[in-house]
Amino acid sequence: MFLIIKDLTCFYMGGGPFEVKALDRINLEVNQGEFLGLIGRTGSGKTTLVQHFNGLLRPSGGRVIFRGKDLYGQEKVNWREIRQKIGLIFQHPEDQLFGETVYEDVAFGPRKLGIEDNITDKRVKEALKLVNLNFEEIKDRSPFTLSRGEMRRVAIAGVLSMEPEVLVMDEPTAGLDPRGRQELLEQVRYLHQEKGLTIIFVSHNMGEIAQLADRLVVMEEGKIVLEGTPAEIFSEGERLLALGLELPQITRLMLSLKRQGRDVKTDIFTVEKAREEIMKMSKDKWGESC
Amino acid sequence: MLKDFTLGQYYPVDSLLHRLDPRMKILLIFMYLLLIFIVKTFYGFLFAAGLTAFAIGISKVPFKNLFKSLRPVLVIISFTLVLHALFTKGGRVLLEVGFLTIESQGLYTGAFMTLRLVLLVITTTLLTLTTSPIALTDGIEYLLSPFKRIGVPAHELAMMMTISLRFIPMLILESEKIMKAQLARGADFSEGSLFQRARNLVPLIVPLFVSAFRRAEELATAMEVRCYRGGEGRTRLKKLELSRKDIYAAAVLFLACLIVIASSI
Repeated sequence: MFLIIKDLTCFYMGGGPFEVKALDRINLEVNQGEFLGLIGRTGSGKTTLVQHFNGLLRPSGGRVIFRGKDLYGQEKVNWREIRQKIGLIFQHPEDQLFGETVYEDVAFGPRKLGIEDNITDKRVKEALKLVNLNFEEIKDRSPFTLSRGEMRRVAIAGVLSMEPEVLVMDEPTAGLDPRGRQELLEQVRYLHQEKGLTIIFVSHNMGEIAQLADRLVVMEEGKIVLEGTPAEIFSEGERLLALGLELPQITRLMLSLKRQGRDVKTDIFTVEKAREEIMKMSKDKWGESC
Repeated sequence: MLKDFTLGQYYPVDSLLHRLDPRMKILLIFMYLLLIFIVKTFYGFLFAAGLTAFAIGISKVPFKNLFKSLRPVLVIISFTLVLHALFTKGGRVLLEVGFLTIESQGLYTGAFMTLRLVLLVITTTLLTLTTSPIALTDGIEYLLSPFKRIGVPAHELAMMMTISLRFIPMLILESEKIMKAQLARGADFSEGSLFQRARNLVPLIVPLFVSAFRRAEELATAMEVRCYRGGEGRTRLKKLELSRKDIYAAAVLFLACLIVIASSI
């Protein structure tokens, strides 16, 4: 198994009267090459969970096992190595830029890993290309002169240049305009399909996650409440709404058709599928009246 | 790591001490501090200590919180005691080790000074424990306003204090987040020589300053949009008003002062 999370529990301000159970016995397995979507509303524990994957937070209980190695066990862990393999992109990653030039910033990770300069150079080029930025044009500019969307892409390149095996992205599209959002999602899809990266994508936007993920995990109050393929998850539309989550528009359409008493499936989240289903529905109706 | 950091250490419960006017509290604390420096006699001290104990009693603040405030000054306090014990002469000789002697007068003054410092720290801590930072700055602004005429920008000073207090938790959260983000990129904040460590802080400090400046600018704009233009002609939502309990508190302390002064003559 690739990444296993066992009974992971995390308290904030443990012991006192203000104790908060941020994570409550999370059990999760992530397969290599998978695209896992992690959904839940604000405060459900998504960010807390992913920060346990690379030692940024220590669990109050439970285990995280990566490639057979218990990260919080007796054995000493080389965190830098783990952090290279499990790349974590924070929410609003553009806030972490500091380099004098874009090149310096993207090269920070590989340099910290002690990688030779000529390989670092290659990696920076590669990473900037992956996020659709022109290396020659941008490498000598200060990151603070870029637009916010560009800054975010530079920050993502800063993690990609470490060549991680797993890429954890914490709400990477938050605050981007629709076009920037779509572009970023395309790049993520490319990283997954062409580069073979395992991706854990944290979001509360159902629409974008439904298009990409193989499997979805829904969190609520530090617990995993639903788990399954997007089709399985979205067929529980009413439950998701009760959890304060938003459904993809197209799924909402199917749900309201269903509520009107039409015989349609509700586990639909792409326009094509919906079209098929609606065509079928209207055909049935036609058949009836004729 | 930074989560345990508290500033202003305000302890939010409802007590008589919490409800006193902040201006009155600041003035009374000053008066009390004067009092414990005037006190010369043993009984006078007992009285002052009793007053503090009484204030602690009605404040509903756990004793533990007050003791915490003593920890940083513990060194100074014990240093005072030792110095006085060793070098103030007079009275009977209690102990003699080589050329050092501990004499009763020294021990007596030492204990006096120590108690004075302890009371000083505890009472000022009691002020910050029972007064919210906002109320405190309000009080300071009011008390400084007579000095406006000689060019003290009382309102601006208070506003600066309020804003910085407001933004400290935010900056702490922000630095924690950036720290984690850089750790995830292979940064290290606890390795290497002193120089190396200082250099390692660059990836933390630069983004922190950038965001602090951005926030400051946004805040300035937001305040200007709402027609903020300094203290002149500005009215208050919450007017500070002296109530009967403030008068009583002042009366009690004033009486205490009189008693102490009378007993010291």
